[in-house]
Amino acid sequence: MPGARRRRGGRERLVQVLFLAPAGLYLVLFFGYPVVKNVLMSMQAYTTRTFFTGEAPWVGLANYATALGSTLFAPAMLNTALFTIGSIVGQFAIGLALASFFRRKFPLSGFLRSMLLLPWLLPLIVSSATWRSILDQDSGVLNAFLRSLGIIQEPVPWLTSPSVALLAVVLVTIWVGIPFNVTILYGGLQEIPEELYEAGAVDGATGWKAFWHITWPNLRPVVSVVLVLGVVYTLKVLDIILGLTNGGPANATQTLAVRSYQESFVNFQFGVGAAFSNILILISLVFAVIYLRLNRRAVDE
Amino acid sequence: MNKKINRLLALAALAPLALTACGGGGSQASANGKVGELTVLDYYNNEPDKTHIQKALDKCASELGVTLKRETVPGKDLIQKVLQRSSSRTLPDVLMLDNPDVQEIAATGGLSPLSDYGVNTSGFAQGMLDAATYEGKVYGLAPTANTLGLFYNKEMLAAAGIQPPKTWDELKAAAAKLTTGDRYGLAFSAIATYEGSWQFLPFMWTNGGDETDLKSAKVAESLKLIDDLVASGSASKSVVNWSQADVRDQFAAGKAAMMINGPWQIPSLAKTPTISWEAVQVPVHEAGQIPVAPLGGEVWTVPLTGNKDKQAKAAKLVECITSDENQLALAKERFTVPTRTALAGDYVKAVPQMAAFTDQVSHARSRTGKLGKEWPKAATVMYTAIQLALTDQATPGEAFTRASAG
Repeated sequence: MPGARRRRGGRERLVQVLFLAPAGLYLVLFFGYPVVKNVLMSMQAYTTRTFFTGEAPWVGLANYATALGSTLFAPAMLNTALFTIGSIVGQFAIGLALASFFRRKFPLSGFLRSMLLLPWLLPLIVSSATWRSILDQDSGVLNAFLRSLGIIQEPVPWLTSPSVALLAVVLVTIWVGIPFNVTILYGGLQEIPEELYEAGAVDGATGWKAFWHITWPNLRPVVSVVLVLGVVYTLKVLDIILGLTNGGPANATQTLAVRSYQESFVNFQFGVGAAFSNILILISLVFAVIYLRLNRRAVDE
Repeated sequence: MNKKINRLLALAALAPLALTACGGGGSQASANGKVGELTVLDYYNNEPDKTHIQKALDKCASELGVTLKRETVPGKDLIQKVLQRSSSRTLPDVLMLDNPDVQEIAATGGLSPLSDYGVNTSGFAQGMLDAATYEGKVYGLAPTANTLGLFYNKEMLAAAGIQPPKTWDELKAAAAKLTTGDRYGLAFSAIATYEGSWQFLPFMWTNGGDETDLKSAKVAESLKLIDDLVASGSASKSVVNWSQADVRDQFAAGKAAMMINGPWQIPSLAKTPTISWEAVQVPVHEAGQIPVAPLGGEVWTVPLTGNKDKQAKAAKLVECITSDENQLALAKERFTVPTRTALAGDYVKAVPQMAAFTDQVSHARSRTGKLGKEWPKAATVMYTAIQLALTDQATPGEAFTRASAG
């Protein structure tokens, strides 16, 4: 009965296709189309006029030449790197410290841990507006606080000096990113069996020793996930920077994401904006590939 | 079996097309001469402006015998909204645009010139017409305009025994004298957005500087003025991160004795009745110069929707909302200045607080009058140069050269 078998095979295939179809359609519509459109846009003279006429002349790589040749490209690239590395190191270190701290059960620990999520729940527009007033040079709460403690004599020009502004933006991004790091790392810590610590304690591994020889090796897979996702999220941060400094003062906080936004929605050069965002996507892609490879290795193990 | 899959896929592929077809259908309907409803898009989404504009629109709509469907969006979203609507061919019948954006949008081909409908544009302030003119044709009219002036705290100036400054030297001296403790003499916005460029224009233009030649000595002199004010401590270093609303908050909190700002801040200043203020024109470099400030305000336009009858009706609505009667009503309610220059006398009599701003509007220039679509580039160079100078990255003399390097 070869005919019947073939029919059964055909039906199985249909079922497979139908199972795949929703996900496939979703990917094509919401990931494939925007990515392709963005790549095309970056090779067109895409301006306000295009929206009405539909005409966008092909310009090849001219938009990339404009983006790479602008005097702001190198500083924006450097700022993106400093901003991302600074934010990730801060978020991760503080996140891990807090996660380890909450591993011990103490009264109200559950409540405090949920309070930690607060920065995550606030809309970024709200938190950056609030931070802007906290960091104000003359009347900001932070400078008043540091002065009352005697840590500083002169007010720190958090958002008004080109040499300090990037640091201020990094500090706020760290504050925003801590909940994500704590949540994932805390989950990872819960997975480490208690017996390991008990056995370690018998052999004299307590405190820092226990952390280095038990916690850290067991947490490695989770750490790599947190770091790679953190990098991808941080690379594209836009709202915090726009809310705090608008890329200023004197372009001190320009990043690739800010350049892309300003070219597209302030200067209406959508082609150049798309070129900037594609460069950003490419950088994210490198980290996404690292993430996938690390994941696969974890599965293989 | 394969046939079924094909049919499914075909259906899936058609679905988005069917949806867009529904979306596009509405605008072409009712092309039979009778106009029942006009759609309106503007950015007066906050009170009290929203209600004031609604009242004026409603009055005109009932005169014209149409109903209005109005949509308001936040100011920063308007252009994106307009571009989306352009590409989906669903532009509103009447569209409000901020005056420096009119030429940009007219250049897309999405607007129709008011001369097509025989709208009379004579008697309007030249600056506003310049802003709304693209390739020799006027694309929109504004009922009222605004500009910048120098607000001062009456008590603080009286206590220091000084008159409101009229020249740059007087401004510097007054600001220095009024600076005490945690109070600055002057506040203004030098933020890294177009707001920062806009606030620089009165100084630059009055001194004879021009946006077509930003590397000139005249422009550098104007930058030196505000750089001196910040360097001497008469104005806060935070001006590089202050929006005009922040400047108003500083003034309202008594932390600045004077500020550069516009009359649209008057309603919120009224919420702090303890501050008694007055406004004068922005100081000039040398006595005798005429202060030239930038012209602000929103222009009402008629997009090309494809429905000729509706477009004609929309032009009538624009004409009505910019009529003398409506100009005066809106100007009084919103603390703006009528754009028909002949109305200035009556207006100042009714609202004496607005005298300085009304004078200022009569000589005001539009940002896009000379550069048109190239204005955003010049404005970016301007705020970048201001920031470079105020943060000591460059001297006022070299700031514009560095900023225009791209």
